Amino acid sequence: MERGVVADFFFRISDSDLWYSFWHTPIAVGSAALSLILIVGAGFAPFIAPFNPFDLATLDLLDSNLPPTWQVGGDPRYWLGTDDQGRDILSAVLYGSRISLLVGFASVALSLVVGVGLGLVSGYMGGRVDAIIMRIADVQLSFPAILIALLVDGVVRNIMPKEVHEELALYVIIFAIAISGWVQYARTVRSSVMAEKVKEYVQAGQVIGLGAWAIMWRHILPNILGPVFVIATLHLALAIITEATLSFLGVGLPPTTPSLGTLIRIGNEYLFSGEWWITIFPGAALVLIALSVNLFGDWLRDAINPKLL
Amino acid sequence: MSQLLIDNITVEFPGRKGDFIAVESVTLDLQAGEILGVVGESGAGKSTVGNAVIGLLQKPGRMIQGEILLDGNRIDDLDENLMRALRGKRIGMIFQDPLTSLNPLETVVEQLIETIDLHLKVGAKAARKRAIDLLGQVGIDNAEVRCDQYPHQFSGGMRQRVVIALALCAEPDVIIADEPTTALDVSVQAQILDLMRGICRDRNVGMILITHDMGVIAEVTDRVAVMYHGRLVELGKTAQVLGQPKHEYTKSLISAVPRSDRRIDRFPLVTYIEDVGDMPDIDLDAHWLGQAKAYEKNDGPLLKLTDLSMRFITRHSIFPSKRQFLTAVDEVSFDIEHGEVFGIVGESGSGKSTIARMITGIYQPTGGKIEFAGTDLTALKTAKEINPWRRQMQMVFQDPFSSLNARMRVADIVAEPINFHKQAASKEECREIVNDLLEIVGLGKVAARKFPHEFSGGQRQRISIARALATRPRFLVCDEPTSALDVSIQAQVLNLLKDLQEELGLTMMFISHDLPVIRQMCDRVMVMKDGKLCEIAATEDLFNNPQHEYSRHLLDLIPKFGAS
Repeated sequence: MERGVVADFFFRISDSDLWYSFWHTPIAVGSAALSLILIVGAGFAPFIAPFNPFDLATLDLLDSNLPPTWQVGGDPRYWLGTDDQGRDILSAVLYGSRISLLVGFASVALSLVVGVGLGLVSGYMGGRVDAIIMRIADVQLSFPAILIALLVDGVVRNIMPKEVHEELALYVIIFAIAISGWVQYARTVRSSVMAEKVKEYVQAGQVIGLGAWAIMWRHILPNILGPVFVIATLHLALAIITEATLSFLGVGLPPTTPSLGTLIRIGNEYLFSGEWWITIFPGAALVLIALSVNLFGDWLRDAINPKLL
Repeated sequence: MSQLLIDNITVEFPGRKGDFIAVESVTLDLQAGEILGVVGESGAGKSTVGNAVIGLLQKPGRMIQGEILLDGNRIDDLDENLMRALRGKRIGMIFQDPLTSLNPLETVVEQLIETIDLHLKVGAKAARKRAIDLLGQVGIDNAEVRCDQYPHQFSGGMRQRVVIALALCAEPDVIIADEPTTALDVSVQAQILDLMRGICRDRNVGMILITHDMGVIAEVTDRVAVMYHGRLVELGKTAQVLGQPKHEYTKSLISAVPRSDRRIDRFPLVTYIEDVGDMPDIDLDAHWLGQAKAYEKNDGPLLKLTDLSMRFITRHSIFPSKRQFLTAVDEVSFDIEHGEVFGIVGESGSGKSTIARMITGIYQPTGGKIEFAGTDLTALKTAKEINPWRRQMQMVFQDPFSSLNARMRVADIVAEPINFHKQAASKEECREIVNDLLEIVGLGKVAARKFPHEFSGGQRQRISIARALATRPRFLVCDEPTSALDVSIQAQVLNLLKDLQEELGLTMMFISHDLPVIRQMCDRVMVMKDGKLCEIAATEDLFNNPQHEYSRHLLDLIPKFGAS
């Protein structure tokens, strides 16, 4: 029965109910596989993509607005056609997804850290600390997330010169999306903490004499991570869509580092002149990412706790 | 012919890791007007038998063998619609928790009328009249008025009476009662058992009473079936089974029930239950643990409480005059001497757990003093001042399932207090101490690498004890340490606590609602009611000659069992 630490870890995973449920839910396996393909594709874009859409030297205006390969006039080099600058759509989508996913993961990580931290403190301390944090959360919830993101972006845009802003656009948008998302983590964590802190294992820690931080981090936090992961997964899809929305509205990432939203906006202008592929393929990539991540998140929610949310 | 015949049924629950047989070849029969007790410990399959009869086996559980006959007609193969018509009409049900078996959004009479009308179709007026009659019959005073109230306006015992009235709505032939009194205090339990006894006799209704409590079995049943691991091990007249048990399991089960009539040194060795290692040959006096004895002795009692009070705010307001409080503990004073086992007994809500939590520092008292070894703990403010005292007192909690952090390994759980209070010089020493502690509580050092969910309730309670001992305390608070455990496991854990108390010279505060357990464990006892102290007496004095009226009342209510 004795196993090494690593072997034991893998045994516990492969023996868990979650693992079993995962392999017996086709939608979970499918959405996880699709997410993985998209994430790997986006992550390794520089190695996979046939062209580098940012390398102006390789662009040729003669190749602009070519339709996908299978259509009349298509070029076998450009599978999904090209845009008005002669950029390969497939490469642009791969690079764009990379930026979209980067913004998504980074803003989710940031809201998670802020939200979980504040939720822990709020739920464990209670009283005045809790009241202050939760009132801030309430105020923030009364504004739509997209409005807050627009606000943050607008403020930064006005107080910084244009060149600096272009450089910082990525960080600004990550910050803007993160700030609009922390409330959900904080509220969920707070309610879980309030349920956990009256349990006897927490009281046992108090009897030992452990301080509030030790109890929060070592005892309560590991027991409330389940719902946090569910929210994070669903939030990832939402963050990617929010970023796309902002970029589509022209307040997100600049055309020099185009995300999926920027690509859709650029392509949108050509939609009615017949060059549908410029906007449809980035759009399809966005739908696939959001859908697969969301489906995976849905399964995770059901598998961890059917009563949650 | 018997009213209900459960003929050779087997129930299985298909699972990921093979099928689990919950009930195996059980045959029971129930005569009209009799109460048949089904007794067993958790996992014995007794509730599954009850659920199989009413066709409410939890999915994916299924009956794979046998049949169930009601008045000679097979009912286990009926389809869901017919079964639903049968439930409530011919088979009544009483469940454990009266809080959840009533709909909080409907008045009591509405729920009764609904059931009566559904099964008897007598019209609203007649149904209401019958509902009020029934409530009167189950002992609800002023039923005319009270029937229009909501369930939350009734106490636990009254709610259970309403549930019984619901079960009687359609004049059923058979009633299945699954742990009907487990959620109730003893004083209420006695009344409810009386009521059920009367109903069965007067209406000639047969009842299957499922319980884990031998006292309940002795009190009301005519015959008793003993179940163990899904099998029926013994069936017979109650007096005979309890008096001269034939099967080994029944014998150990009965010997494990704490006696209320006299004190015995240790519970007899109970066989037929989960194996635990014996206490290893560790010379505790020379061992790390035994050094707890080296605490400085102070003059006077170890623990002295003076006018200790605790109020919880029940209504907040920024104006102090508008705040409302619940006084959980009201100016209680008592001393605990060095080396004694001091018991606190009382019904739920009497404030006994609150006292334990104030002493161990989970709650800050709103008034009074706690002096431990001559030092006033309520006067200490910083963690640095308090922690050396924290180390000297530890606590074993009630619920074995929530008192251990599910995400930590047993080794880490037990090591945490050692490391926090810097009781070990090195990691190796700490690991050795943890292994020894686990050996001492009878789990063995293999337990260290596992997680809490891999253990049963009794084993988890042992881990809890190991954790409490890990600071080398001299004062141990046990808050209902065995009330969530089966009776045979309880006997083992109580034996362990007694052994440790004697060998380590611990002073112990033992809280329980169970008087027989108190009698077996404690030197002196305090009786509490509604946050107030009723009586403090030496245990034998209390049991032989209770002074306070409430103490006498509590003693009268102990189900008489084991006097044979």
